[in-house]
Amino acid sequence: MPTILVLATTADGAVDDISLQALTFGRRLATGGPVHALVVAGEPGAEGTPAEATAAGFGAYGAAQVHLARHPAFETFAPDAVAAVLADLAGRVAADAVVGPGTEAGNTVLARAAARDGQPFAANCIAATLGSPAQVTRQRWGGTLQEEAALHGDRAYVSVAPHAVAAEALDGSSAAVDAFTPDIADADLVVRVVDRVAAAASGISLAEAKVVVSGGRGVGSTDGFKPIEELASLLGAAVGCSRAVTISGWRSHVDQVGQTGTKIAPNLYIAAGISGATQHMAGAKGAKKILAINKDAEAPIMSAADYAVIGDLHQIVPAISAEIRRARGA
Amino acid sequence: MKVLVCIKSVPAVAGRITLTPDARAIDTKHLGFAIGPHEECAVEEAVRLIEAHGGEAVVLTLGPSTALEQLRDALALGVARAIHLVTDGQEWDPESTTAAIVEAIRADEAASGPFDLVLVGNEAGDSADYQVGVRIGRALGRPVVTAIKGLSVADGRARCEQEASGGRDVFELPLPAVVGVLEGINLPRFPSVPGRLRAKSKPVEASEPARPAQRLELQRLVVPQGAAKQAVVLGHGPDAAPAVVEVLSNLGVL
Repeated sequence: MPTILVLATTADGAVDDISLQALTFGRRLATGGPVHALVVAGEPGAEGTPAEATAAGFGAYGAAQVHLARHPAFETFAPDAVAAVLADLAGRVAADAVVGPGTEAGNTVLARAAARDGQPFAANCIAATLGSPAQVTRQRWGGTLQEEAALHGDRAYVSVAPHAVAAEALDGSSAAVDAFTPDIADADLVVRVVDRVAAAASGISLAEAKVVVSGGRGVGSTDGFKPIEELASLLGAAVGCSRAVTISGWRSHVDQVGQTGTKIAPNLYIAAGISGATQHMAGAKGAKKILAINKDAEAPIMSAADYAVIGDLHQIVPAISAEIRRARGA
Repeated sequence: MKVLVCIKSVPAVAGRITLTPDARAIDTKHLGFAIGPHEECAVEEAVRLIEAHGGEAVVLTLGPSTALEQLRDALALGVARAIHLVTDGQEWDPESTTAAIVEAIRADEAASGPFDLVLVGNEAGDSADYQVGVRIGRALGRPVVTAIKGLSVADGRARCEQEASGGRDVFELPLPAVVGVLEGINLPRFPSVPGRLRAKSKPVEASEPARPAQRLELQRLVVPQGAAKQAVVLGHGPDAAPAVVEVLSNLGVL
């Protein structure tokens, strides 16, 4: 039976769900074989550093052995140092596969560990089986396309696409925690976070908004977004846009929904003047309901939307705002 | 300073993806190609660095002969010259891509001096492997950062910013270094007509590296069958507003 090592990341000292998904994925890959997890942490008590109890929390999801690597260098993100510990541990436990979350941090650490270990790496997998070679199914184009591939190496490095599997606890499972202090070479600390700049607080976060109102190429200009902003404000919604809008300079990239922008998961997504290109829909597929406002009844977005209004958004959006005010008696 | 920007020519997919009969590639008969979105911003960043500090920006791609068009696009924006590692159109996996790029970097540096910065897109627009930049850095023994949305260079160091919850994390790397850029780091300019004309006469150095055995071996592409919906049309024009508000009310978002 294969041995699996999972890179478990924490957020502000707590277990993060995306790592529990990776752990669940890793446990299934192990098919009953041993599952190890690596957690890196700063000195005990340092701000944002996970406690041993946090590390042990990964046990409930099937890790039999949690390796807690404590080092002052881990108080800020140092991807090469994490990768060095991960690749070294993979050798020590003779892991057949190393699994981690398909986040920016997870992917960069796994890529670095695979490069150190001289192994191939498959990012953002949704399925895998081990063997010679290992087989993976991975996401391309933000999930619009899937790739089936063989991974020819001595050890499979795999990251798990976010939300490809649901985190699932394993009844009666608990972990032994092995805390240790790794040796970290100075060369592996050249790349590390040396400062944090606070961002100005800015309204409702696009990624977490319950309602998002977006405009696309059909909005036509920066000023064209005023009715969209008005509707968003009435609904307590965040304002988004498509890539066509940001490359035209009408709105900042911060507002871009899409494969190379923000991935949203609102209860309702109102998309005005957006055709529904692959790039955009890759960021909007987490929306529970989609209302499309478009003058083209044949636009691709119509096969992704639940509701549609056909016509000119410049007339329709203000009419919806007016109707909301009327319904609220204002 | 001397800056290399690595780009990938990717199909400009719009609504629906159609595959070739062997399911190993996207059918591009009716599609154009473009520089990947992150790399488009990496090209702009390279040009801005040269405008600010002087020196030379070089663009490199590994791709089929048609990728020359994307190299010319970068040359039209102010990049001085191009390196084209010409393929037969088959995909190259991340390790073999890295090996070919590293060999080209070494050859260029032997001939005309070291690159201070190698810029890559954070992940390719199509294959999204998330690793070529990291592997280039490892092979050359240079520090690498990924997911960068802010970059400045001073006193032989690169200050690189990455979005984090509640702010931005800052890395400071000694040069030479490798930086993986995310879209949004800048707003790329459009090429001017004189820029396009100048691009035609800028040098493109082409070679044909041999494709080694693939360790991340693409076997088949699949278009996932999402539940194809057909939107319920609530109405046409502004008269549809009451029907929309009724839906909003039923969804509990009013």
